[in-house]
Amino acid sequence: MIRYALGRLTSLVISLFVASIVIFGVIEVIPGDPAAFMLGVNARPDTIAALRAEMGLDQSVVTRYFDWVTGLLRGDFGQSWTYKTPVAELINDRIWVSLPLAIYALILSTLIAFPAGIYAASRRGGPGDVTIMGATQLGVAIPNFWFAMILVLIFAINLRWFSAGGFPGWSDPLQAIKSLTLPAIALALPQAAILARVMRSSLLDMLGEDFIRTARAKGLSRRQALWRHAVRNALIPVLTIIGLQFSFLLAGGIIIEQVFFLPGLGRLIFQSISARDLIVVESVVMLLVFTVIIVNFAVDLAYAAVDPRLRAKT
Amino acid sequence: MSILRISDLSLRIGPVDILRDVNLSMNHGEIVAITGESGSGKSMTALSVMGLLPRGAVAEGQIMLDGVDILQTPEPDLCRMRGNAMGMVFQEPMTALNPVQTIGAQVAETILIHEDVTRAAAYARAAEMLERVGLKVAPSRYPHELSGGQRQRVVIAMAIALRPKLLIADEPTTALDVTTQARILDLLQGLVREFDMGMLLITHDLAVVADVADQIVVMQKGRVVEAGPTQDLLTNMQHPYTKALFESSSHQVQLPARAETAPLLMVDQVARDYPLPRKGLLGPRPNFRALHDISFQIGHGERVGLVGESGCGKSTLTRAILGLEDVQAGQIRLDGAPVFAGKRPNLAVRRKMQVVFQDPYSSFNPRHRVERLITEPFHLLDDPPMGLARDAAITKALQDVGLSRSDADKYIHEFSGGQRQRIAIARALIIEPELIIFDEAVSALDVSVRAQVLDLIADLCRKRPLAYLFISHDLSVVRNVTDRVMVMQAGRIVEQGETEDVFANPQHPYTQTLIAAVPQLPELSHATDPV
Repeated sequence: MIRYALGRLTSLVISLFVASIVIFGVIEVIPGDPAAFMLGVNARPDTIAALRAEMGLDQSVVTRYFDWVTGLLRGDFGQSWTYKTPVAELINDRIWVSLPLAIYALILSTLIAFPAGIYAASRRGGPGDVTIMGATQLGVAIPNFWFAMILVLIFAINLRWFSAGGFPGWSDPLQAIKSLTLPAIALALPQAAILARVMRSSLLDMLGEDFIRTARAKGLSRRQALWRHAVRNALIPVLTIIGLQFSFLLAGGIIIEQVFFLPGLGRLIFQSISARDLIVVESVVMLLVFTVIIVNFAVDLAYAAVDPRLRAKT
Repeated sequence: MSILRISDLSLRIGPVDILRDVNLSMNHGEIVAITGESGSGKSMTALSVMGLLPRGAVAEGQIMLDGVDILQTPEPDLCRMRGNAMGMVFQEPMTALNPVQTIGAQVAETILIHEDVTRAAAYARAAEMLERVGLKVAPSRYPHELSGGQRQRVVIAMAIALRPKLLIADEPTTALDVTTQARILDLLQGLVREFDMGMLLITHDLAVVADVADQIVVMQKGRVVEAGPTQDLLTNMQHPYTKALFESSSHQVQLPARAETAPLLMVDQVARDYPLPRKGLLGPRPNFRALHDISFQIGHGERVGLVGESGCGKSTLTRAILGLEDVQAGQIRLDGAPVFAGKRPNLAVRRKMQVVFQDPYSSFNPRHRVERLITEPFHLLDDPPMGLARDAAITKALQDVGLSRSDADKYIHEFSGGQRQRIAIARALIIEPELIIFDEAVSALDVSVRAQVLDLIADLCRKRPLAYLFISHDLSVVRNVTDRVMVMQAGRIVEQGETEDVFANPQHPYTQTLIAAVPQLPELSHATDPV
């Protein structure tokens, strides 16, 4: 088990290194000089050159890469060119919106998907199964911002249970959670639909396995065999999807953040790209990559917890 | 008093009749074997008794287990009976256990769901039971850490943990090696006597049946064609199907005599290593030596057998001979040329060898017509036949294996298992190779079909000199169709010689064990009329 974890950890470090090079490289080749962009079309060449020197853009690529990476390691993400504040601060403000939102949505999606998938699998071909599968079909097909608008229409405008947007900060946690609820639901519904389908098909695969027949021959009822023997085995593909979904939820909430006026990472990155604030873009993307890789690492560890066969392997 | 009595059991799934008027009765401490070929309904009979029929199956008649009619019992009561009054052991031990639970937990589960005992007590009894079935590993192990035979012992422990009155064993040893099979059959027989259970043994292997059963029930297409006490039935078979079944089980083929010829395949001191996972994080990768110092020759037109249990290196050797992988020491030459050239098989040599695999169901692409399937080896040729020549080659290959030209336009799903294996042989023959490797080529076939395919192989030998390496775990088949045999154990060839010599007078202790473990069909010639 320890060997397995160490092996995954090694691949985590390698992934991070490769990701940092790719991100830095991509930003390097994007056209448009940030200094010229910031100073506008009428700027004189020597002013641009001075700004470039101030921003460190005149140094070699290698030097800039090492400055950037060592900075990241120290927690120094650099200075935003447009906001004129440390990037770390910008991220710190936004992450406390995006991270809770992603976790909230993931919890909701899992809470919806697991029972739905298990119920559908246990009633295969029955009316319950058909209804759930029909609903997930819709859930997969309809974009989340449409859900968002419908939710706003019903719960914010008509019923007035929630506010239609904005984020009051964490000084009042209850209000904060309340304001994240509608966005989290909008994000969670399509994800739940996908996850429920994966859960169902994975469970159905397991129910066809020989060990389920063995369990039935021992005297377990259909339901007991499902819960005791199929569910845990079915978790491996489901965990994979959960890992992927978390990454998507963290960064992919841009549209939902726009719909609900939430100051999250998605909006930050969107604005930074428009403003050619490359240092912010680089840092936020690197942070997201870091999160994704960490989540994948956690998923790998979860695999091993679920499946003893993986613990034996390197 | 009879413990199990099946009366007029009929079973339909949709419009299809699966079972018709099956009758059977069994006493305490008795072993009743149901035998027959695939599709005869023997497994369905077993599942009917367990009340584990597939959805949509409609059963009529009576299955009385100790005074209770299974067919009239509601599902919750059946759940209480399964594992308690009746236990079942399945064919495939590799997949019959839940991979994410320890074996101890899985045996204890049988006890926990039926009896009101503490977890600790159930685990203790599970450990006892595992010991009783002869398993010498800790109950905290997971299934993947065990061999097939060990896993089958776990399944048996699970089935008998509560000392059921009836044990159903559905092909319990079919997936196991012959020595393991002998030990598992021993164990089952011992348990039946010790617990005074009845055992319903489902098997296609007539030698096993003759060896262990008190009563035999022969089924064909869902009907019982003949039944009776083992000795009576064996000495006085009535039904032609029973006779045919036993006949084909001990089927002898006539190989044409072989002329001494020049060597064709030379395997010289071959060793093959596989890298194992690293011990430490950065340590060197240790090697596992799968083949040790293998040396043998096959002459032109010579038929050589290779026997050994699973994991002994048979498949590794096959891959090495086919030039699919390089070897770490020694040489393999066909007609004087090496089979492996740099990074891939040596094509010039490869076209002289073809292989026929075990599984006639998965070794064909289902989306191609037979014509395309059997002409696949043409890509090995520099100048493959085109047009009429190609057509002629297809016709000849199909006719050689007893099929006709019109079969070339069909898809593989339109053929039975035996026909598919004929097509596999046609595919191997089409480029007229010097050597064919039969890798367990008849192991998945029913006895009557197997007899036909063996006849076909002998027939092909008569038409032209055919050299082959016949790899099988089934010793009686190998004895039948080979001139010479090699016995392999743990990556080494421990004995080789003329087939009859080796079987009649085995020298190596391992060969002796193997031959002793093979269940024997009794001599039937004096008892049966010619069919």
